[in-house]
Amino acid sequence: MSTIQQTLARGSISFSRPQYWRRKFTNRLMLSITGIMTLIALVPLFWIIGYVIYKGGQYISLDLFTQMPRPLGVQGGGVLHAIQGTLLLSVLAGIFSIPPGILAAFFAARFPNTPIGIAVRFGTDVMSGVPSIVVGMFAYALIVKVQGHFSALAGGFALALIMLPTVIRTTEEMIKLVPQSLREASLALGAAEWKTSISVILPAAANGIVTGIILGLARASGETAPLLFTALGNERFDAVAIVTNGINAKQSLWVILQRLLGQPVDSLPLTLWKYAQQPFPERINQSWAVAFVLMLLILTLNIVARLWVHFRSTKIRG
Amino acid sequence: MITKEPLTNMITEDKTSTHSPRINLKFVREGMGEEDIQKTMVKVDNLSVYYGKFRALTDINIEVKAKKITALIGPSGCGKSTLLRCFNRMNDLIQNVKIEGKITVDDLDIYAPDVDVVEVRRKIGMVFQRPNPFPKSIYDNVAFGPRLYGVNKRSKLDEIVQQSLMQAALWDEVKDKLKQSAYALSGGQQQRLCIARALAVEPEIILMDEPASALDPIATLKIEELMRELAVHYTIIVVTHNMQQAARVSDFTAFLTMNPDRSGMMVEYGLTSQIFTNPRDKRTEDYITGRFG
Repeated sequence: MSTIQQTLARGSISFSRPQYWRRKFTNRLMLSITGIMTLIALVPLFWIIGYVIYKGGQYISLDLFTQMPRPLGVQGGGVLHAIQGTLLLSVLAGIFSIPPGILAAFFAARFPNTPIGIAVRFGTDVMSGVPSIVVGMFAYALIVKVQGHFSALAGGFALALIMLPTVIRTTEEMIKLVPQSLREASLALGAAEWKTSISVILPAAANGIVTGIILGLARASGETAPLLFTALGNERFDAVAIVTNGINAKQSLWVILQRLLGQPVDSLPLTLWKYAQQPFPERINQSWAVAFVLMLLILTLNIVARLWVHFRSTKIRG
Repeated sequence: MITKEPLTNMITEDKTSTHSPRINLKFVREGMGEEDIQKTMVKVDNLSVYYGKFRALTDINIEVKAKKITALIGPSGCGKSTLLRCFNRMNDLIQNVKIEGKITVDDLDIYAPDVDVVEVRRKIGMVFQRPNPFPKSIYDNVAFGPRLYGVNKRSKLDEIVQQSLMQAALWDEVKDKLKQSAYALSGGQQQRLCIARALAVEPEIILMDEPASALDPIATLKIEELMRELAVHYTIIVVTHNMQQAARVSDFTAFLTMNPDRSGMMVEYGLTSQIFTNPRDKRTEDYITGRFG
């Protein structure tokens, strides 16, 4: 006789025995504890975002985006120099980190068990854990010390090092997601390995790679510490003026680039950090506004990355 | 040589006999005798393949005839796919693979040191078990191969794409949506697209690794009909688990099985009609009648 038959024979089937209430109670208790803890974990997140919007939103104005800083005591002025600097540093970081990052990822994905493949994976793990101030010191020793002055170039290099592990890791993961059968199809048609990588694997993994780059940029553009010893900060930096003056004076592209990259620049997080330490209320107010802009920028980058993935992946699957 | 009766009719008649272990001999193309056997396209001499220390294939000898369909059958793990992948050197991609013996295609040793793998794979196309179109448009899928070999003129590419799709019996279904993603096609259509893609580089030989195993019966039928049509121009070597399929489409059949040490060996090779009606080896008979495997 099976257990069910035995139970039926006894005629004692019941779904509401008194001893079940303890089980129910424990279930509800644990569920509520989990819920409360989740709420507690969410509090700081929304608090930060809300507080920055509240404090920074009050001092947001068009001037902030279009004006250079004005001397203390003079009304108005903005942080255009820092916005230009952030853009310049991001572009430099992208140029320095994207090509080597993607190629290293291809290598690591294709030859995962070779010494170099293992080194790439181990190296990126360690690098993503290195404190960003150490990265700044490294760029200082390598570029600033050698050149003898602070520069956008050194800042861009430091941010590239921050971006690199994210770029390598996401690209490698995305390449691994490309089905092996696609690679075989291309090779069976007689395509060489490099041709297969460029015309089959790269396009198939492109969405994920772009997402990785955007997330890497978002991380790098929010960093302060690597810039302290490299980009330093420069309230008089005006990229537009450098370029227009250069063109008017018929300077060569090389000279303009040197002037653009060879001097210290400011960035949004750097400006925030400096303004927040000053004892003047107008600077502190501006630093709240900068925090607001910075948060908006990083939030936008993250949202763009997500939308990109969503839009592109639905489009390809048709 | 080829029976006049369309394949479709023969297969619908067969519906009852699929449950019987005996192969319905009506499918074996009748009237094909020794006089139809043409020149040898691929010759395999004492081929052995090792994956590291493991011996996957032992002393294989086959002569594949030009413009015929040769089926490789045998139980799972007997090395059919390994053998197939030796013909276009796809095994080169696996680490620690060692190949002994000789494979000649058109009297040229494809494993000779001065051989360019690209040329080998161009002459010997491959269709895989699962349809694997590139995530590109239908047009770009077919044009991928020709572009590799330097064909860039639009009019020439258009011509190749149309011809390949027509040869693969897909043109009528896709001619109005060549720019659409290949992923929008059904599984059977995708597989025919993969065949068109292989045809676009004008190969001599087409290798097919269980080309219909991921498809429904109707799509399978279409692929089989297509194989018969292609055999007029191409040499086809097909791996299949489906014995009826081997009997239906192939001219020659090789039966492979496993040695006690799990390495694959060839038991018997001959005309499909002979293998399925009058196998010389007990093991072949056991396998095709369903007593083993």
